[in-house]
Amino acid sequence: MSKELIRLKDVSMQFEGETVLDNINLYFNDKEFLTLLGPSGCGKTTTLRIVGGFLVPTSGDVFFDGVRINDVPPHKRQVNTVFQKYALFPHLNVYDNIAFGLNIKKVPKDEIKTRVHEMLEIINLRGFEHRSVTSLSGGQQQRVAIARALVNNPKVLLLDEPLGALDMRLRKDMQQELKRIQREMEITFIYVTHDQEEALAMSDTVVVMDGGRIQQIGTPEDIYNEPKNAFVADFIGESNIVDGIMREDGVVEIFNRKFRCLDKGFAPNEAVDVVIRPDDVDIVPEKDGQLKGTVTQVTFKGVQYDIIVDFYGFKWLIQTTDFCPEGSKIGIKIDPDGFHVMKKSHYSGMFGDYSSYSEEYDEISENESEEEE
Amino acid sequence: MSGNTRRRTGALIAPYSIWALLFIAVPLFFVAYYAFTDNSFGFTFGNIARFFTETSRETGSRIYIDIFMRSLKLAVISTAICLLLGYPLAYFMTRASAKAQKIMMVLIMIPMWMNFLIRTYAWMTILQDTGILNGILSGLGLGKMHIIGTESAVVVGMVYDYFPYMVLPIYSIMAKMDYKLIEAARDLGCNGAQVLRRVIIPLSIPGILNGVTMVLIPSISTFYISQKLGNGRFFLIGDAIEGQYVANNLHFAAAMAFILMVILLVAMALIKYLTGRGKYGEGAKA
Ligand SMILES: Nc1ncnc2c1ncn2[C@@H]1O[C@H](COP(=O)(O)OP(=O)(O)OP(=O)(O)O)[C@@H](O)[C@H]1O
Ligand SMILES: [Mg+2]
Repeated sequence: MSKELIRLKDVSMQFEGETVLDNINLYFNDKEFLTLLGPSGCGKTTTLRIVGGFLVPTSGDVFFDGVRINDVPPHKRQVNTVFQKYALFPHLNVYDNIAFGLNIKKVPKDEIKTRVHEMLEIINLRGFEHRSVTSLSGGQQQRVAIARALVNNPKVLLLDEPLGALDMRLRKDMQQELKRIQREMEITFIYVTHDQEEALAMSDTVVVMDGGRIQQIGTPEDIYNEPKNAFVADFIGESNIVDGIMREDGVVEIFNRKFRCLDKGFAPNEAVDVVIRPDDVDIVPEKDGQLKGTVTQVTFKGVQYDIIVDFYGFKWLIQTTDFCPEGSKIGIKIDPDGFHVMKKSHYSGMFGDYSSYSEEYDEISENESEEEE
Repeated sequence: MSGNTRRRTGALIAPYSIWALLFIAVPLFFVAYYAFTDNSFGFTFGNIARFFTETSRETGSRIYIDIFMRSLKLAVISTAICLLLGYPLAYFMTRASAKAQKIMMVLIMIPMWMNFLIRTYAWMTILQDTGILNGILSGLGLGKMHIIGTESAVVVGMVYDYFPYMVLPIYSIMAKMDYKLIEAARDLGCNGAQVLRRVIIPLSIPGILNGVTMVLIPSISTFYISQKLGNGRFFLIGDAIEGQYVANNLHFAAAMAFILMVILLVAMALIKYLTGRGKYGEGAKA
């Protein structure tokens, strides 16, 4: 098994008295692809900068291979960074940008040449060595930034939203590319994004953060299937989250109706949050339904329809390939594995209600979180 | 571009062209006209030739060439001192808090609001043999220093006068520099000195060249400072022009001004060429 490489122990960070990271405990394994995922301002970049050596935590320790490195400056760490906005050197061409780190380390010129050309090959920019970096497109600059870091053979590569500025198409390609590079070169990637799809697609481990705290650490499957609280459930994919009561192991009650589920280990009659993913709901004729509701909105999404269904005043998002016209009455069935039961947290009641759902739902929520910053 | 838009653009820049003609071209024309004519306004190369050939009766050396070389030397020394003092200052300013930056900016600019005659007189009272500096030195038991009337005094005056013109362009370039670039350099293994040499200095070259131009050109043609702080012993090219002008030798004064101008224009073109080549990305081509 891969061994632990970096550890953050009780790390807190304050700026002017304001707590930005609150007691972070986290370890990064060798050769692992770990993603820090969270909304804007949750402290992802700050965490990365602490690992990179650009910030010294207000309290707590950073260990590399078991050695405390709190006070080791960035240029003495075996870590390289791909910055959020690339930060390529505008006075150097593509070749000299990539060769920068090797030149500093006084690597022989011939070797620099071979290694830079290898990198150009990997990032698919052969023949671009003499181009000015300012003349490159966003995607090309991005790849140069990655090459500039990778060419140094770092043990750990820190990537701060490296694909943030790219369009959807290029983003998808680059995700694959990065994943391939990470596997082939066997480097630990610590990757920052606020795009949950990207995080799930690329990572071995996902760390969900909010408000300077770690909400959950796990594999993409864990995070998606077993979210720990309403924040994680809502942030990762779409979720309907309703109040429930755990009557006994394997039986949860919502809307005063008992359902079979797979969850256990709660106190009898404990109040809980219940997550039902939009694609875990089967639509059946109204008379056969475990719950009955009215379709209030239908949106065609290509692969499926997103429909909003009103159950006793609570609106759910359901994804279905069957067309149900607006206003129709439907019944639904949920298999036991379609329920996910979570303990109540301070996030309870804040997420998972689609009453205000609209086409712009995602956009609105993103704008809101940016204003908070 | 259609003929129509071209005409419209022409109409738009017309006022500027008239302005430029009036205040730049016409005076230049008269300088050149006087430079190449004699007292009866007949064409001659005599004034120009006099600058290059006139020799001193006592020493036999070329008077005006010597004066020019002395001006050039003092100007280069002053510019170098301004750069050596100004560059680190500009760098530390960009690192200071926003408030400290504002205060430093004001301190640097305050002398520019004073008339330069007054500034020069102030330096006279400081540097005189019985002046403030020597008062402090002897008060500390360090003995006296004779500065006034030496080249050093002239250099001090010039550095003081032109220092802001060095600091401000460098500061403005550095303040715009992306701090992430410095972090990137650190990340790639640079220590402090390497960051300076490989990133900060190369990126601030346009500011350095601007500062050098803005200090070198006025200090090469400076006058008055040399008369007052040099006790009139260090005649500079600016003083020579002024002297000939006051003595009503307008044609020779114009000839010297013309030669100086040509030299400065060539120097500026050279600097501009260097700046252009140093522009990001170009020049870096292998
Ligand atoms: N140098 C600083 N001084 C003061 N506050 C800071 C500083 N750096 C970050 N912060 C604050 O810390 C919080 C977390 O910032 P951070 O950059 O880590 O967020 P992030 O998760 O990377 O967000 P984004 O997705 O927008 O990049 C923010 O509220 C930010 O304003
Ligand atoms: Mg960030």
